[in-house]
Amino acid sequence: MVPVPFRIAKVIREIPGVYTWHLKSLDGKPFVYRPGQFNMVYQFGVGEIPVSISGDCREPDTLVHTIRAVGPVTNAMQQLRAGAVVGIRGPFGRPWPIDEVVGSDLIFVTSTIGLAPLRGLIHEVLHRREDFGKVVVCYGTRGIDDIMYEADLHKWRARFDMHVHLTVHSAPSGYRGRVGGVVAAIRAAQVDWPSAQAFVCRSETLTRQAVDTLAGLGVTKDRVWVTLERNMQCAIGLCGHCQIGPTFVCKDGPVYRYDQIEPLYSVREF
Amino acid sequence: MSYHPSMIGLDGLAALIEALSVDGFRVLGPTVRDDAIVYDDIAGVDDLPAGWTDEQDGGRYRLKRRDDSALFGYAVGPHAWKRFLHPPLLRLWRAEPDSAGMKLTAAPEPEERFAFLGVRSCELHAIAIQDKVFLQGPYVDPHYKARREGAFLVAVNCGTAGGTCFCASMNTGPRATAGFDLTLTEFTGEFLVEPGSDAGAALLARLPQRAATEADIERARAVSERTAASMGRHMQADGVHDLLLDNLEHKRWDDVAARCLSCGNCTQVCPTCFCTAVSDVNDLSGATERTRRWDSCFSVDFSYIHGGSVRPSPRSRYRQWMTHKLASWVDQFGTSGCVGCGRCITWCPVGIDITEEVRAIRGG
Repeated sequence: MVPVPFRIAKVIREIPGVYTWHLKSLDGKPFVYRPGQFNMVYQFGVGEIPVSISGDCREPDTLVHTIRAVGPVTNAMQQLRAGAVVGIRGPFGRPWPIDEVVGSDLIFVTSTIGLAPLRGLIHEVLHRREDFGKVVVCYGTRGIDDIMYEADLHKWRARFDMHVHLTVHSAPSGYRGRVGGVVAAIRAAQVDWPSAQAFVCRSETLTRQAVDTLAGLGVTKDRVWVTLERNMQCAIGLCGHCQIGPTFVCKDGPVYRYDQIEPLYSVREF
Repeated sequence: MSYHPSMIGLDGLAALIEALSVDGFRVLGPTVRDDAIVYDDIAGVDDLPAGWTDEQDGGRYRLKRRDDSALFGYAVGPHAWKRFLHPPLLRLWRAEPDSAGMKLTAAPEPEERFAFLGVRSCELHAIAIQDKVFLQGPYVDPHYKARREGAFLVAVNCGTAGGTCFCASMNTGPRATAGFDLTLTEFTGEFLVEPGSDAGAALLARLPQRAATEADIERARAVSERTAASMGRHMQADGVHDLLLDNLEHKRWDDVAARCLSCGNCTQVCPTCFCTAVSDVNDLSGATERTRRWDSCFSVDFSYIHGGSVRPSPRSRYRQWMTHKLASWVDQFGTSGCVGCGRCITWCPVGIDITEEVRAIRGG
């Protein structure tokens, strides 16, 4: 229940208002977790927020968090430089079900900062590349300045064993890349739809849109995995804030199989 | 093993309080304060609410004198035992800046052990429910555990049902059946005492007493039957799980939302509501302290995530509370979150009655 101090080793400004930290524990202990899990990140004297873990779980000496400045805590954190110490509690929650999708084609559908909770999973899939069929990333952002993890995207695009469909909603004239919604990027993917497994991380409204598109192509909802956000304070199922019906997002999620969460998801303000 | 019941008098009750105190327990029980019966430290029989009873109805609680000097002749008041096992305000840890960045120290757990005197059957069930929430999941709440372990529970079989009581329809009372060390049934100036644990039997052996007769036991049974027959409210609890979850868009939610003030009283008086929030307070020395306090799903902030609240409308917040209490709770913890104590009805400033809301939704 008490945060463990970590030092910020490196700050990367990803896009305006979004920054990535590389953190090292003060006691030098490796931080063991699985992709899809999250931490409670605490800034001394300011507050604590849940943040998904975005690093490569095979590099447990470096804990990676990507944070968007949207509220008082995340804005204060944006002012921190390398060398500052923050508190970490975690890892919490259920990870992406990587072992359950061995043998299938994988499609990742996400937008802007939604790539952060999927990044660690994509890294792990690439470490175990021979375990899976085709690997396709469909990533959409608002504009060409909102593209996260550009270095990763370039590396992924350069690989012969995966496809990256990057799309932006609007672009300056003369831009030669794909312009349009993620739906079009999904349709451009060439996977075996009747057996493919989809990993979706977007806002709840856009998740539904992605799920509908995937369903139209033949990806049943029991092959769609999503990760959810709710107010979290304890992260261990005791404070009550993250409930959606019977489920506590902190301990039963944040990763869910879509067909299991859909009935709750579609009730307004539930 | 089976235990033998005994009869004790007021001297026996005094000896019970004394013995618990001698054994190092902090003895807590009902007492009158601010025109209500609340739970607080009890030094002796004189601190108990002799000759008091209560009148309870939707949004109404009044103390009134009884014709006799019964010590437990009332239903439950605004306090629940959770205020001791799951305190309303709890310091979690303190952080101080140091050369390494910051130093965090967890707050120590209290060493005192509680003895609760006068725990009603509904409250025993409520404690059992919070045990499931805090002790039996994948994560244990160390603060609750520290307070719960070693607690000594003296139950009382209710001799009076309150105007908002409905334990009989929730199968949670009025007779205490498990989860206590001793249980008392009050007659005029006398109590039938039944042990429920070895610790209870051992303590009973130290009290001035006489053996209970069949007639005493029969009288005690009659008290519980009479109480069960005089419940102020009734809830048709069977099938309520599916009923509520199948009616998440029922028009009654709009109706109740028009009355609900979102004040959160119901969650504060509920003996099973467990939600908390944390807040950090910084002081001028540069240190910061994290405290945990009871929170309520009726506040807009409760479900806040970046960009807004998940449940901005009172309709969705009342629905969250009631569907959680009566339905989702079963999915989460294998038991209803409602014990039929009626506190949420009594202490609702506008008298919203959970039994009536269920009836309205059931009615179509």
